[in-house]
Amino acid sequence: MNRIEEKFSVVGDGGRSALICYLTAGDPSIELTRDIVLELEKNGADIIELGIPFSDPMADGPTIQLASERALANGTTIHDVIKLSKELREHSEIPIILFGYYNPFFAYGLEKFAKDAKEAGVDGILVVDLPPEESEEFKKHLDKNELNLIFLLAPTSTEKRIDLVSDNAGGFIYLVSVTGVTGSRPGMEYSLSSLTKDIKVKSGIPVGIGFGVSTPEQAKDISQYADAVIVGSALVRIIEKNGKERDALLKEIGQFTHSLSGSCFKN
Amino acid sequence: MAIDINLPDEKGHFGEFGGRYVSETLIPALTELQNAYEEAKKDPNFQKEIDYYLKNYVGRPTPLYFAECMTKELGGAKIYLKREDVCHTGAHKINNTVGQALLAERMNKNRIIAETGAGQHGVATATVSALFKKDCTVYMGEEDTRRQAINVIRMELLGTKVFPVTSGTKTLKDAMNEAMRDWVTNVRDTFYIIGSVAGPHPYPMMVRDFQSVIGREAKRQILEIEGRLPDLLVACVGGGSNAMGLFYPFVENEEVKKLGVEAAGLGIDTEHHSATISVGSVGVLHGSKTYLLQDENGQIKGAHSIAAGLDYPGVGPEHSYFNDMGAVDYTAVTDKEALEGFKFLSKTEGILPALETSHAIAQVIKTAPGMSKDEIIIICLSGRGDKDIHTVTDVE
Ligand SMILES: Cc1ncc(COP(=O)(O)O)c(C=O)c1O
Repeated sequence: MNRIEEKFSVVGDGGRSALICYLTAGDPSIELTRDIVLELEKNGADIIELGIPFSDPMADGPTIQLASERALANGTTIHDVIKLSKELREHSEIPIILFGYYNPFFAYGLEKFAKDAKEAGVDGILVVDLPPEESEEFKKHLDKNELNLIFLLAPTSTEKRIDLVSDNAGGFIYLVSVTGVTGSRPGMEYSLSSLTKDIKVKSGIPVGIGFGVSTPEQAKDISQYADAVIVGSALVRIIEKNGKERDALLKEIGQFTHSLSGSCFKN
Repeated sequence: MAIDINLPDEKGHFGEFGGRYVSETLIPALTELQNAYEEAKKDPNFQKEIDYYLKNYVGRPTPLYFAECMTKELGGAKIYLKREDVCHTGAHKINNTVGQALLAERMNKNRIIAETGAGQHGVATATVSALFKKDCTVYMGEEDTRRQAINVIRMELLGTKVFPVTSGTKTLKDAMNEAMRDWVTNVRDTFYIIGSVAGPHPYPMMVRDFQSVIGREAKRQILEIEGRLPDLLVACVGGGSNAMGLFYPFVENEEVKKLGVEAAGLGIDTEHHSATISVGSVGVLHGSKTYLLQDENGQIKGAHSIAAGLDYPGVGPEHSYFNDMGAVDYTAVTDKEALEGFKFLSKTEGILPALETSHAIAQVIKTAPGMSKDEIIIICLSGRGDKDIHTVTDVE
């Protein structure tokens, strides 16, 4: 069992859903990203998604777009994110997923990336703009290094898509809660419980729900039928607000994460 | 290896290029579009409808004009201009928007979105949206709304909402990001009219097919006038739709050389150009694998060109394929040369070309004198230059 599978098994046994926290690496700085990750873990985060900043984040709303711009302005590269993962591994066994757009992975070299990421202690990779049809080459290298390639499904996904993604997916399936970009919204469009169940049956692996999740109430709701709650923009907004005010930032983001993780329970 | 004109394959690949690199939310929409397009292609009524609007609304066929003064002035090959500038709205872009709007009709999509650089594609989209009674939003980089202010006014008069994009480099690539974000959000009722042979499958194929009317006409016309095929085709390349439209029907005629002209901006040895194929490297942007301007970490670089419509760090994937197969040659001319091309055509032929098109003119000014008088060049005169008069006079 890898760290992701292990985590889902522990969390499930405890009658909980996993809290997955997204951060754009390098925002506000690589050092602070490390501190934030450790703070999130202390406050109940189960899995960390480290975003690799990209110049053209087509699937992201304004909050993560700006985070990406800040991280790039700091000079953050995919190399830095791998290095950061390695450093985190010295302090923590929390599962780490690298999350990004395909071009930086491609430019790095897919084979080399898979090797380096494995060596750094990374557990999974999620590429927003790499559907199963285009993923064969990358998946081959990730498989060789026992890294999970995590795929997305969306409310628009047809039965055929669900089957295809289920056949290819590793780790868990990331179900996008809304048709849209990342960013918090006041309420979900509709309940995803039946779609989630369908995907779980077909894939036999956990399903996490993200995009627009920003409150403990939403986390609680989702926990009733899904295996993981994924929160991104709401955390990034706290980072944006506090900037490099380290103590204030860690305090606020820690408290918020605590309130989320306290809600990731099945009734 | 011979060029395969039956590409793309089922998954949208032209050799290693093309494909469908988009988030999962858009996959069903692209599949739906592909199916609708394949069906429409088989329906003779669809082609009839397109032909009707191209003839009566756009004003096709456009003339293949013998540029006698330009030919004499340069003293080499005979130069013909394929006059896409006389299309309704002033550029080739409308050949594509008519096709896609008719497809949107068939698919019952009542909301249209588009990205635009120079604003020519935006205007062409706004125009067909008015014609077919569609709600239309066009995304345009803030920088471009300034340099192409006339086209913003045109779009607004046509009833389109123009959304200035302030993210990233505030030009065409960012407008495309924003249009993609809109599409992801409103995918169920929205038709995204992409303006070049770029983007995820089926766009590069579909836009190529709609623009190929340029080359089909030119081929027929040159055979009528000269009784033979030309020796050289020249077109400017931004995303590459006017070039693809002219070249594609000649792809199997290997003896007809083809030259795509990219924007060298301030020079290809500077950081300020859009010469994607000439100096770029392979990567993935906006849904397809193709040549890109990027740094060693895979971040997309800002492009530059005096012509807003060429100011794009990518290029249509089929051009990347043609380049690697040696079927088309690609070169680049600078802002300065393009301005000279603009003035040259204005004075010699009384035609103000778009600054995009001026790149093709500038290249022919260099190439034609070295060719013999019985050789023939066809230039795709992709658009007219009214939109650029401010830019041109500001430089003076
Ligand atoms: C007149 C004209 N020519 C050329 C272009 C470049 O596009 P493409 O390379 O797709 O023909 C544009 C784009 O705006 C244009 O307006």
